[in-house]
Amino acid sequence: MSTDLAIETHNLGRVYTVRNRRERRIRKEIVALQDVNLQIPRGELFGLLGPNGAGKTTLIKILTTLLSPTTGWARVAGYDVVREPHKIRPRINMVSGGEASGYGLLTVRENLWMFAQFYGLPSREANRRIEELLRRIGLADRIHTKSSDLSTGLRQKMNIVRGFLTDPEILFLDEPTLGLDVNAARDVRQFIREWLDAHPDRTVLLTTHYMVEADELCDRVAIISQGRVLACDSPEALKRRLQREALFDIDITAPNGLTAAALEALPGVRKAVLTDADGGARLSLVLAADSVLPGVIGVLTERAVQVRHLTKREPTLEDVFVELVGRPLAEEEGQDEQ
Amino acid sequence: MSSEARPFFAPVPKASGWRLFLKTVVARAYPRVVGQQRERSWIFFDVFLSILAVSAYVFVYRAIGAPEEYVGFVVVGGAMTAFWLNVLWSMSSQLYWEKESGNLALYIMAPNSMMAILLGMALGGIIATALRAGAILLVGSLIFHVQYAVGNLPALVAVFILTLAALYGLGMMSASLFLLWGREAWHLANLAQEPIYLLSGFYFPVKNLGFWVAVGASIIPLTLGLDAMRQLLFPSGAMLGFLPVPVEVVVLAVLCILFLIAARWLLGYMERIAVREGRLLESRR
Ligand SMILES: Nc1ncnc2c1ncn2[C@@H]1O[C@H](COP(=O)(O)OP(=O)(O)O)[C@@H](O)[C@H]1O
Ligand SMILES: [Mg+2]
Repeated sequence: MSTDLAIETHNLGRVYTVRNRRERRIRKEIVALQDVNLQIPRGELFGLLGPNGAGKTTLIKILTTLLSPTTGWARVAGYDVVREPHKIRPRINMVSGGEASGYGLLTVRENLWMFAQFYGLPSREANRRIEELLRRIGLADRIHTKSSDLSTGLRQKMNIVRGFLTDPEILFLDEPTLGLDVNAARDVRQFIREWLDAHPDRTVLLTTHYMVEADELCDRVAIISQGRVLACDSPEALKRRLQREALFDIDITAPNGLTAAALEALPGVRKAVLTDADGGARLSLVLAADSVLPGVIGVLTERAVQVRHLTKREPTLEDVFVELVGRPLAEEEGQDEQ
Repeated sequence: MSSEARPFFAPVPKASGWRLFLKTVVARAYPRVVGQQRERSWIFFDVFLSILAVSAYVFVYRAIGAPEEYVGFVVVGGAMTAFWLNVLWSMSSQLYWEKESGNLALYIMAPNSMMAILLGMALGGIIATALRAGAILLVGSLIFHVQYAVGNLPALVAVFILTLAALYGLGMMSASLFLLWGREAWHLANLAQEPIYLLSGFYFPVKNLGFWVAVGASIIPLTLGLDAMRQLLFPSGAMLGFLPVPVEVVVLAVLCILFLIAARWLLGYMERIAVREGRLLESRR
């Protein structure tokens, strides 16, 4: 191989031009991706973590040769995505969360066989791999089920198998566990990890807006928001940035007009986030040190806010996200979906 | 990372070039052929409705005392209509539906050629429809006692194949157009269906339309194909024929090549637009 990097991007950007439906001359520009610089070595399970609309799918589309960048460049398996898509295509595959690919009238085996043919896999080898992969992901008993009869979770398992079937050098998974129940999501994650352990020269880039997924699964994580990569490191290293700080969760009965901004005005309070919790509210605090806490409690007492529960905890990726973006991931998502 | 983990499978050499092309054609034809098998109720329905339409024309022709050959013309026309409907409704809109289901992005991303995907769709459509067309021909011929007089079987087979090639070439071309134009193309197809029934002479010799209208109708490959097939199928066919069979064969061949070239160019164009604008590959936007 000419390079040890599976994926490399340089100042990568994408602007969408949207035409107004009624008046086609009116155009709007949406910056979906901006100055993205990534270097992903072979063998890595790399995660892109960000809320809806952050630009994750846009990045994946560019890397899978389905969308051209408007600025910068990207190389996949050492080849330029714009000039050499035909060199890239045999080496990659992609699975998206909630996709409805294939044909409902075909069985699981037939659908998977069909997609394997498009990559030139010999039929017998394809069928052998299909059985092996279905067994590993826990779908072997459905091999002859029509895919239209599968539940969401099982269907997504079939899609996941489609991605691995062609043994791609680089696999792109766009929110692979989107909408799956806890068990199915766990199966899928476990499957991805096992595959990478067994094929250490393969690379997986996955996007997610689930913190835990990025944290548990990925070797390295890039946090992306509004088209920009804000940080990129191993989950441990990302969390270590916050280790010098003290993290507290305080459950209170009612805020009584208390705002996060008021608390952030206190010296030593790095970040305060107020969210609704059942029967009251939760205050998540990032403090410069433990010694800042009494001051916060003092403010709560002044406002007659009752503390029900107080915990000190280890930093999570969620905290890292809040620190970088200024709001929790879940909240931003709520705004997005409306 | 546990380095002892056993690989799931070993890498194998994969087909490329024309072998990948063939594999793709076969794989994409497969769901159409199998899908047909799995929804048998449709076959009955399609055959039954076509026979009804054919019967209507037969009764009218018999009532007005038209030459008996016309009955055979109508039956053959009814059978070939099955292919036309397949091209118009299934083939043309196929890429559009592939886009909606998210398959199109996967097809483009795969190392295969999109032309192979389209050919596979066409081949699958032909095989699936041949069953219906055959049933219509058989049932119609039996009910109305159609007499055939095939003098030159190889020529008949060649014309039939050429007609289908040109017809599905047209379908492959319009598949990209449908995708690019979306809903407008649907309306267009809807509008086109009835006049084309009339113009392409499914149910009567196209010669009756007059020379220039017949020339215009000849852009639809079925028109000339049907005309040539009728000339080869019935004793008096040559008399009722629009142009001599060799001329029609040449025109069909030219149409076929033109449609295939256009289909290929449009596919490339569609892909370039899709990659540039990021619009055509969205599944549910
Ligand atoms: N085809 C498109 N045309 C216009 N805007 C788009 C298109 N696709 C995505 N966008 C916009 O680009 C931004 C990033 O979207 P996307 O990459 O899908 O984010 P994510 O996958 O992280 O949810 C969003 O604001 C989205 O609305
Ligand atoms: Mg997305």
